[in-house]
Amino acid sequence: MGFFSKTTQYLKDRLDKTRTKIADSLGTVLSLGRKIDGTLLDELEETLIRDDIGVETTDKLMTDLRRAYKKKEIVVSEDVIPFLREHIKAYWPQQDRSLRTAASGPTVILVAGVNGTGKTTSIAKLAYTLSQNQRKVIVAACDTFRAAAVDQLTIWAERLGVDIVKHASGSDPAAVAYDACEAALSRRADYLILDTAGRLHTQTDLMRELSKIHNVIQKKIPGAPHEVLLVLDATTGQNAIIQAKLFMEAINVSGIFLAKLDGTARGGIVIAIKDQLDIPVKFVGLGEKPEDIAEFDPEIFVDALLS
Amino acid sequence: MFDALTDKFNSLFRSLSGRGRITEANISDAMREVRKALLDADVSYQVAETFCKDVTKAAMGAEVINSLHPGQMMVKVVSDELTKLMGPVDSTIYYVSPGPTVILLAGLQGGGKTTTAGKLAKYIQAQGKRPLLVADDLQRPAAVQQLQVLGEQVGVDVYTEETKDPVRVAKGALKHAKKNGHDVVILDTAGRLHIDEEMMAEIERVAKAVTPHQIYLVCDAMMGQDAVNSAKAFNERLELDGIILTKLDGDARGGAALSVKAVTGKPIKFVGMGEKLDKLEAFHPDRMASRILGMGDVVTLVEKAQEHFEAEEAEKLQKKMAQGTFGFDDFLKQMSAVKKMGGVKDMLKMLPGMGAQVEDVDFDGKEMRQMEAMVYSMSLKERKDPDLIDASRRRRIAAGAGVQPNDVSGLVKTFKRSRDMMKSLSGGRFGGIRGLLSGGFNIDAMSQAMTSGKKIKQRSKRKKVARRKVGRKRR
Repeated sequence: MGFFSKTTQYLKDRLDKTRTKIADSLGTVLSLGRKIDGTLLDELEETLIRDDIGVETTDKLMTDLRRAYKKKEIVVSEDVIPFLREHIKAYWPQQDRSLRTAASGPTVILVAGVNGTGKTTSIAKLAYTLSQNQRKVIVAACDTFRAAAVDQLTIWAERLGVDIVKHASGSDPAAVAYDACEAALSRRADYLILDTAGRLHTQTDLMRELSKIHNVIQKKIPGAPHEVLLVLDATTGQNAIIQAKLFMEAINVSGIFLAKLDGTARGGIVIAIKDQLDIPVKFVGLGEKPEDIAEFDPEIFVDALLS
Repeated sequence: MFDALTDKFNSLFRSLSGRGRITEANISDAMREVRKALLDADVSYQVAETFCKDVTKAAMGAEVINSLHPGQMMVKVVSDELTKLMGPVDSTIYYVSPGPTVILLAGLQGGGKTTTAGKLAKYIQAQGKRPLLVADDLQRPAAVQQLQVLGEQVGVDVYTEETKDPVRVAKGALKHAKKNGHDVVILDTAGRLHIDEEMMAEIERVAKAVTPHQIYLVCDAMMGQDAVNSAKAFNERLELDGIILTKLDGDARGGAALSVKAVTGKPIKFVGMGEKLDKLEAFHPDRMASRILGMGDVVTLVEKAQEHFEAEEAEKLQKKMAQGTFGFDDFLKQMSAVKKMGGVKDMLKMLPGMGAQVEDVDFDGKEMRQMEAMVYSMSLKERKDPDLIDASRRRRIAAGAGVQPNDVSGLVKTFKRSRDMMKSLSGGRFGGIRGLLSGGFNIDAMSQAMTSGKKIKQRSKRKKVARRKVGRKRR
């Protein structure tokens, strides 16, 4: 694949803002030559929690840190960051974080998430990158619920020059998915990306609707959807974990698209998600423009967070 | 909505119950749990710290009401502090005269500004006003169309202009409103990052151009620690008048509600409770606090308990329990006190974490009535001294109550065991209403023991539970 790999440096650059901020806060905690004592560990814990890493995962990290300290693996405060870096990286063993593709025929990508996380914009970014690489992309407007959601995707499709399959607002999203699959097959598209309506994971009827869309796709194109992306808002707190869990149950999420990482939100939730759910983060969104996308790279991410 | 936080609080109060009174020692453990719960709920670190300090102080000073358990007192203290932190109540939209009143909505991307604008228009319209919606989000594709659709749905005019300049749209809208007799103007603006200098300057320009009377920050209830940063930044740039919290119909623990209020000092005006346009509700910090604690209304329960359970009466019962002279008629007395309070089921529902469980258990119904019938079928002597009840009396009682003799022996056995245990525990800590109110009981064990003696054989396993249940039985 590698369509997105050129984005590595970009990710680094865009994360600078976040990085500076976190490095600053960690920097204060770990002022030079400071001895590792209870106070320092407490401050470090506070920093991790402020990064949205969450109490549970922070506790885990802190326990490991304390153990290492007792074993004298770390002695001075300067050892702490390298220790944490290696440690968090170990949460992400080498695994497939690139986009899954179909062996033959169109690769179907189903995109879902709660309201306002940035699904449509994220789809535009994926479509942009893929079509930049001379792949034929069709997008499908399965968000028939929210006012003007279809228009929003239509505008993106026009801007990016990709095909769109849509029905009238208020129609059955599963029917749109069905037609989109047919279109992808008959027009020999390389990629079909389906936008869905934002829904809170607690709305069971809407989650069932999503499962139905998933099933329709599966029936129409065996093996599809090849990729099921959950779009998470990086500013979301611990609720992101429950979101991921329930979407996982409904449509078997295969990857996370972490949107809005260009703010001051630290994105620490990614660590918790990896720790607790083992869903790979595949992409990150870093702005509102179609090119503001990067492949998620744990090395860079953790380094950016802690260096 | 605050289910998860609620669970944490419940476990905290469970650990508090059973201890005599609130002391510095038992409160520090509890507070550590509260702090963790708040952080889990995405309450900002600083806000959580402050909250815990306040609660500790308030709890230490609180007077422990006699007939109530300290755990319940703690609930009240925590709920009061939560209310305080999220209050004061102010869901009024201040209209100016002469109009139009200009309301500006601002916030991050995806917070729900456009939907909220539609809801707000509907809300304001219902107050007899003639609002105008202004499509001032010129960034996001189809944001204008979205507002137009919403305007159509609620029957409110939408002002749009073909331009890229939001200041121009805002000015034009104001003119349009004046000309066409709209008394309220609602500006929907583009979502923006609080660190995006260009976009923040832009919204400042919009605000300067139309000098809004009310500026509301639209904030996603699911936000994490970063909520304070963006709220603070928006408040500094725009001087907010209030906050609208969206997507509260999910299961987000809603820490944002606590922290955003705390860092901006601005009231939370409304909450979004769903995607439908009538799902905008006034914010009630007290209700929110109750919801956080999942207690429906422990405060009311506390008041009711004070009303109906005279302190003297309680003392008398406790003495009897301690002496082991607590009989079935005392039990009936307690039952009727409970009934006065609104029935067991209603009461249990008011207890933390009980809501769902209670639904399945028929307390006020058959089992309870059966028990009552059995007691009423006993002679006064038998009620005072259950040891009198032999096989023949048992048959008589069973016939009188319309139950089987083994139901009677079950009741008697449970009762006696309870009484003995109560005696040995004495001190009255598990007495009557207090026992009932102690959070940590097991509803299943309770109902089982109440119905029959079937489960008595398992009591060694259930020692703890049985002991707690005892207090309750004694009403």
